[in-house]
Amino acid sequence: MIPNNFQYHRAASVDDALTLMAKHGMDAKLLAGGHSLLPAMKLRLNQPDVLIDIGHLKELRYIKKEGNELVIGAGATHDDIAHSQMARETFSMLSEAADLIGDVQVRNKGTLGGSLAHADPAADWPAVMIAAHANIEVKGPQGTRTVAADDFFTGFFSTALADNEIITAIRIPEPPKGTNSSYQKFMQPASRFAIVGCAASITMNGRLCSKVSVAFTGLSDAAFRASNIEAALFEKMPTEENITAAVQKAGEGVMAMSDHFASEEYRLHLARVFAKRALMAAAK
Amino acid sequence: MTNYIGKAVKRVEDKRFITGKGRYTDDIVLPAMAHAYIVRSPYAHARIISVDTSAAEAMEGVIKVFTGKDIAASGINGIPTGWQVNFKNGETMKEPPHPLLVADKARYMGDAVAVVIAETKEIARDAGDIVEVEYEELPAVADAKKATEPGAPLVHDDAPNNLCFDWELGNPKAEVNEAMSKAHHITTLEFTNQRVIPNAIEPRSAIGHYEEANDKYTLYTTSQNPHLTRLLMCAFVLGIPEHKVRVVAPDVGGGFGSKIFHYAEEALMIWCSQRLKRPVKWTADRSEAFMTDAHGRDHVTKAEMGFDKEGKIVGLRVKTYANLGAYLSTFAPCVPTWLHGTLLQGLYTTPKINVDVTGVFTHTVMVDAYRGAGRPEATYLLERLIDTAALEMKMDPAQLRLKNFIPPFDGVKQPGYQTQVALQYDSGNYHGVLNRAMEMVGYEQFRKEQEAARKEGKLLGIGFSTYIEACGIAPSAVVGALGARAGLYEVGQVRVQPTGKVSVYTGAHSHGQGHETTFAQVVADRLGIPMDDVEIIHGDSESVAFGMGTYGSRSLAVGGSAIVKSLDKIIEKGAKIAAHKLEASEEDLEFAEGKWTVKGTDKSVGFGDVALTAYVPHNYPAGLEPGLDFSSFYDPANFTYPFGAHIAVVEVDKDTGKVALKRFIAVDDVGNVINPMIVDGQIHGGLAQGIGQALFEGALYDDNGQLINGSYMDYTMPRADDLPSFELDRQVTPCPHNPLGVKGAGEAGTIGSTPAVVNAVMDALSPFGIKNLEMPLTPERVWRAMNS
Repeated sequence: MIPNNFQYHRAASVDDALTLMAKHGMDAKLLAGGHSLLPAMKLRLNQPDVLIDIGHLKELRYIKKEGNELVIGAGATHDDIAHSQMARETFSMLSEAADLIGDVQVRNKGTLGGSLAHADPAADWPAVMIAAHANIEVKGPQGTRTVAADDFFTGFFSTALADNEIITAIRIPEPPKGTNSSYQKFMQPASRFAIVGCAASITMNGRLCSKVSVAFTGLSDAAFRASNIEAALFEKMPTEENITAAVQKAGEGVMAMSDHFASEEYRLHLARVFAKRALMAAAK
Repeated sequence: MTNYIGKAVKRVEDKRFITGKGRYTDDIVLPAMAHAYIVRSPYAHARIISVDTSAAEAMEGVIKVFTGKDIAASGINGIPTGWQVNFKNGETMKEPPHPLLVADKARYMGDAVAVVIAETKEIARDAGDIVEVEYEELPAVADAKKATEPGAPLVHDDAPNNLCFDWELGNPKAEVNEAMSKAHHITTLEFTNQRVIPNAIEPRSAIGHYEEANDKYTLYTTSQNPHLTRLLMCAFVLGIPEHKVRVVAPDVGGGFGSKIFHYAEEALMIWCSQRLKRPVKWTADRSEAFMTDAHGRDHVTKAEMGFDKEGKIVGLRVKTYANLGAYLSTFAPCVPTWLHGTLLQGLYTTPKINVDVTGVFTHTVMVDAYRGAGRPEATYLLERLIDTAALEMKMDPAQLRLKNFIPPFDGVKQPGYQTQVALQYDSGNYHGVLNRAMEMVGYEQFRKEQEAARKEGKLLGIGFSTYIEACGIAPSAVVGALGARAGLYEVGQVRVQPTGKVSVYTGAHSHGQGHETTFAQVVADRLGIPMDDVEIIHGDSESVAFGMGTYGSRSLAVGGSAIVKSLDKIIEKGAKIAAHKLEASEEDLEFAEGKWTVKGTDKSVGFGDVALTAYVPHNYPAGLEPGLDFSSFYDPANFTYPFGAHIAVVEVDKDTGKVALKRFIAVDDVGNVINPMIVDGQIHGGLAQGIGQALFEGALYDDNGQLINGSYMDYTMPRADDLPSFELDRQVTPCPHNPLGVKGAGEAGTIGSTPAVVNAVMDALSPFGIKNLEMPLTPERVWRAMNS
């Protein structure tokens, strides 16, 4: 449990961190909460030569409203989000997901930006961000750009983030009135990551769903949007019958993961169960 | 008058533990201490072609790298086992060498190949990465039964079919077969009692310290029994004189059995220190703990129980393949035999029992005693059979037990109960604990609720487990006859200081059990002095005369009794001094509340006064030696036999197969109780571990012998939110053969709980016609069973 030797830099600002990243290139890793990186380093699965610490940067740690967007700084901890009334009012799935991450110690240190950048296929946030139609703001030497969450998670531990970029904020558009959401997760019992996690949001127009958002994590190599389930419920009543029918499409065409906690078949089954639970909760 | 015994006195050791001031082996820093890192085989079975240490030795800060060749060249022996179980045909069991570092072949993933010693642990770790070992990977076998099949890869060339021993106990097979042939019904179960990893919170650690000036060795180690470690290490491994070696086991953060054994790293640190003339410390990291701490359980079993028409048990037939791992750990041969086969009488009057056990080598880490050690395996086997039989015969599982229980006996007016499998139970009232547990759960009401819940599609289940265990394994003459290479007595010394303060030296070792409190309660009460005046000293071979350590729930029953023997001697000698001072005869004195009083008068002399007189013997009985200090060895007349009844209530999620434990009732009879809070704590912890085995835990080796869940990300430990608030009660049937009437409480929770939970899940799943599932009852396993 002893990592290899590394240099440690405590960045003074995001811009300072970008400068350090430009200087050290591929040898450097960003350190925020450290709850994924440090265990990997202790096991020597990850052996960076340089750590650039951004975990303390106040400019990254906030939750605020900007126009019609909820903006969460990349350095906001899971616990910050779990306790944010603003986040809860925007999408209850944000606080539900935050509450289900790790334990108190992890939630106190781990950050939203860190989780998204790490892109663990079983992490909770990616599914929630896709279901929330979040945009991920990243800053690099060329300035700032935003990437839709839908396009951000590109595969197993990989993202659209360039090596010289830092996630600075997550922008979540205010959902229309009549929107309700839920995040439901079947935990891997040892790590408490998701074997399957499903984030769902339903916007009602009268008795019908005018907008449905469903995203999964844990099921395959990266979190993804379940457009097929969304389409199956669009302009339908969110009855148990309709939801049950719609979730049968969960995981269609997906290469499901398999491990000693859950086989491919069982994961796909759980995807249906947890999609139903999330949609039923969102439909309430 | 009793002031302390029976009271929930707060643990005196908790002040230092809770404030982070405990002193564990890894906390110890000696001048000029070097640090070791052990290079381990990534393969379960591999020939070692070459080990190149040159790059590592060239690294700045590296002192030395030793390999298996250096160990072999030094002529020392490997790690011995402490128990011998021979083949049925009389042949000696196979006891292959277990070198401190292997030179030729690695036999499990984690087998030690080289040790790097450096100025810091960081340098040692880095250098470990550049020790270049060339391996030729060989086929491996991890499963005990498969290892005995023709063509299986051999762990040791001189152990054909990977057999270590085969062993049989009970009535002759022919008699049991005859009884079974007449049975009205036979229930058969085939299952694996899966391998679990002990996971003590403190990883193992050892410091070897050789002092050239006086040619003395000190080993600091995370041990449950420092004296036994010293004996094994000196006499069997290193061949250094025992009186030149001090072994200290300071505060130890949990063991659960895994720290009983003498491990190679302990002798290796002494060996390295002797060579380098510097103290050398090694501390396992968590990955090493998963890989190299001795694991527990791992039995592949077929068990059959026969019943007559009325449901009376007529016979029991058991065949078990016990996985011993790659080498024999200290108690490994004893656990699946004398601690397992002997418990197959359970609480029942079964007239014919035969148990047959094959001990098998595999390419896995050593398997040895883990909380309960053999007794949980026996209890699981019996209690699963009983519930399954009840289901098959459409009888109530509680009634089936009550019908077959041995009637109550106190071991005083009624004799002990002679089993078919060598033991004689001391005292018991088995109906009492089960009836009380049924009352607590509200059994009749529960069955009604269960039926109503089933109509709503909810899967509720109730499971029973009634267990007996054999603790305080003894007496020495008997265990010697059974193959033990050590005695199993205990030592207790009581040294009354001149001021009347008392130092107590015990050979038991506390690594979480709270001996410093419980033992002090006993001493303070017997001497009639405040607990603050008593200090319990343990874990250091230089201050404690000798000891056999703590395991098998033996500390209070055996170690406590040794202390009581010394207390009796103190009081007896004290009376002589008191009589002299009071100018009375000894027979006219009574000792109570810390003073000797002339009966019927108010003339008395206090304990402190007598103590001072003993050390300042100016006015003193003629011919009496000064001092007030006695040491005693206590060798029990028999094991002790705690027992109890556990009931689990579960609900299974139909959609996911996830089991929720709703209630857990435990009524345990551990004999007399000194500190009820500590006993409850022992039961709670034991229950969590037993429930952990039922629902969550299990070491997984793949076909190549790779441990695939050796981390807390992959190995599921039970957590607080997995468990309900336990509902406990106690019955007290004192042990008739030790002075405290205590039986032991350390393992009860683990032994009783596992089958209760599994039985409850099977009860919940009975509408699906499911009778047996392998542990752990993971959601997927349960879901598959419901959907097949």
